[in-house]
Amino acid sequence: MAETRKGSDASSPGSQPQGGQRDSSLKIAIVDESPIRAAILEDGLREAGFTQVQRIAETHNLLVRIYAMDPDVILIDLESPSRDMLEQMFQMSRSVKRPVAMFVDQSDTASIQAAVDAGVSAYIVGGLKKERITSILDLCISRFNAFHRLQTELDQAKDALDERKVIDRAKGVLMKAKKFTEEEAYALMRKTAMNENKKIVDIAQSVLTAAELFK
Amino acid sequence: MTAGKLRIGYIPLVDAAALIVAADLGFTAAENLDVELVREVSWSNVRDKLNIGLFDAAHLLAPVAVASSLGIGHVRVPIVAPFNLGLNGNAITVSPRLFAALESRAEGDVADPRVSAQALARVVEERKSRDAEPLTFGMTFPFSHHNYQLRYWMAAGGIDPDEDVRLVVLPPPYMVESLTNGHVDGFCVGAPWNSVAVDAGIGRILHFGCEIQSRVTEKVFAVRERWAADHPETLAALIRALAAAASFTEAPENLATVSAAIASRLGVTPELVGRALTGNLKIAPDGQVRATSRYLMIGRNGAARPDLIQAAWIYAQIVRWGQAPLSEESLMLAQAVFRPDLYDAAVGGSPPAGPGEPGDGIGAFIGPAFVPTDIAGHLAAWRAKRSGRARLSVVR
Repeated sequence: MAETRKGSDASSPGSQPQGGQRDSSLKIAIVDESPIRAAILEDGLREAGFTQVQRIAETHNLLVRIYAMDPDVILIDLESPSRDMLEQMFQMSRSVKRPVAMFVDQSDTASIQAAVDAGVSAYIVGGLKKERITSILDLCISRFNAFHRLQTELDQAKDALDERKVIDRAKGVLMKAKKFTEEEAYALMRKTAMNENKKIVDIAQSVLTAAELFK
Repeated sequence: MTAGKLRIGYIPLVDAAALIVAADLGFTAAENLDVELVREVSWSNVRDKLNIGLFDAAHLLAPVAVASSLGIGHVRVPIVAPFNLGLNGNAITVSPRLFAALESRAEGDVADPRVSAQALARVVEERKSRDAEPLTFGMTFPFSHHNYQLRYWMAAGGIDPDEDVRLVVLPPPYMVESLTNGHVDGFCVGAPWNSVAVDAGIGRILHFGCEIQSRVTEKVFAVRERWAADHPETLAALIRALAAAASFTEAPENLATVSAAIASRLGVTPELVGRALTGNLKIAPDGQVRATSRYLMIGRNGAARPDLIQAAWIYAQIVRWGQAPLSEESLMLAQAVFRPDLYDAAVGGSPPAGPGEPGDGIGAFIGPAFVPTDIAGHLAAWRAKRSGRARLSVVR
């Protein structure tokens, strides 16, 4: 392992002026139960030139799996309870081939805060320099945020779909009760919403509730 | 300085009782505090979010508070604990299979930890002699009484917990599952998880934590030292709210209300919470109950007041199990975590612990009385004990 790391110092594909040395031979483990996020993260790392990225999905025997893989960096989802299992590595250094350390040092509060905010937790194994993980961590933060945005958009799309359903059902109620056409039903709800300064979906919901009461 | 909305992290466990009751039953509101409890999934997260300021305060394993102040295992961030959220509260649960093995090798009542520890040593030796996999036990965190109590008990039987068995960290919600599918043979964890295992028919409570040590500070209410200095009035108000909540929690007539409040935060039944609060625990799938007034102590017998003996005890365990070297300076740093002065100033003093409490403040089931000023002596006594191990295996 030590040789790999030494050799890798020379080659730094995709290196950037900021964020330290990119290192294609770094072994990176991703511990994440979300396959989508793990894939996003993995893609990002590969694009950045990290070729040895492996996902550990199963948390049983996590430490054994990690020892077997022998990664230089471990990335773990903050929402994973398995994070506590990793902490044990700090206590079991004599059963690990090398000592283990967390990359954050006293001066790093800002970067860990950003990471924690994004939901990332990173551990490095062995004497990896802080600058070399910064680029990985920055990448993880942006990827985690991207995943979060994706999730938000998905939720919004789902909400919009739900709203559409409510409005359609309310239209149906009005069409039946008032012998309206679809356009008339919608126009009435929109007018009411504007007059009452409410969202059309709220009016539609009121129509449905009222219809339920009058049943 | 006003603190605005206070974000307080916690892990869903019964010993967050005083905190949950304070926030959800109006005790923090009565002190004009705006509190948001934030449920967390791991002790690492609680510690980190407290350390970097995403939390103002937290429900924390007392040994983590000490470790954080000493900078062992992680970044050094001085933490102060002006209020104990709970004493004791853990239990050691084993699989029915291991329980049967212990019973068949016990020379006496296996409910006595001295007997069970010897029986465990025999099981361990037998497995070793036939090259079987070592027994595996789950505990919640490297810096925890779960870890230390398992080790204390095992070592009393002559077992070296680092060589003869496997101790693995498991998040509490995974404990029961791991016992079910045989990944562990037993575990030490807080309420309600031991009871969950018993109810599922896959575990048997072997010992309560209070049978290993009669009085240990399990969880503390923790804040950063800097935060405490910057927000003295807010902190005092928090301590008062917690003290009032702890008294309310302990009053028998409030059991139903309190159990319901805690249960809704934990996502379990109030009955399960009530078992831990009253110390009446079903210990076996057949319905056998063991009762004690010491299972989990929230506010009674001076439980909430920080105790420097406890800080020294935790530090002694940290040193005993090789997590940090022994030094006078570290002992002082550890003791500086526990702040009875802040507690006293906020609530106006506390009644003494009273009768029935252990003379040395700890009350371990075996070993010399604990002398906080002589940790070296405490460790030496155990080293001598450990060397007796060879004899034990020969006898066997």
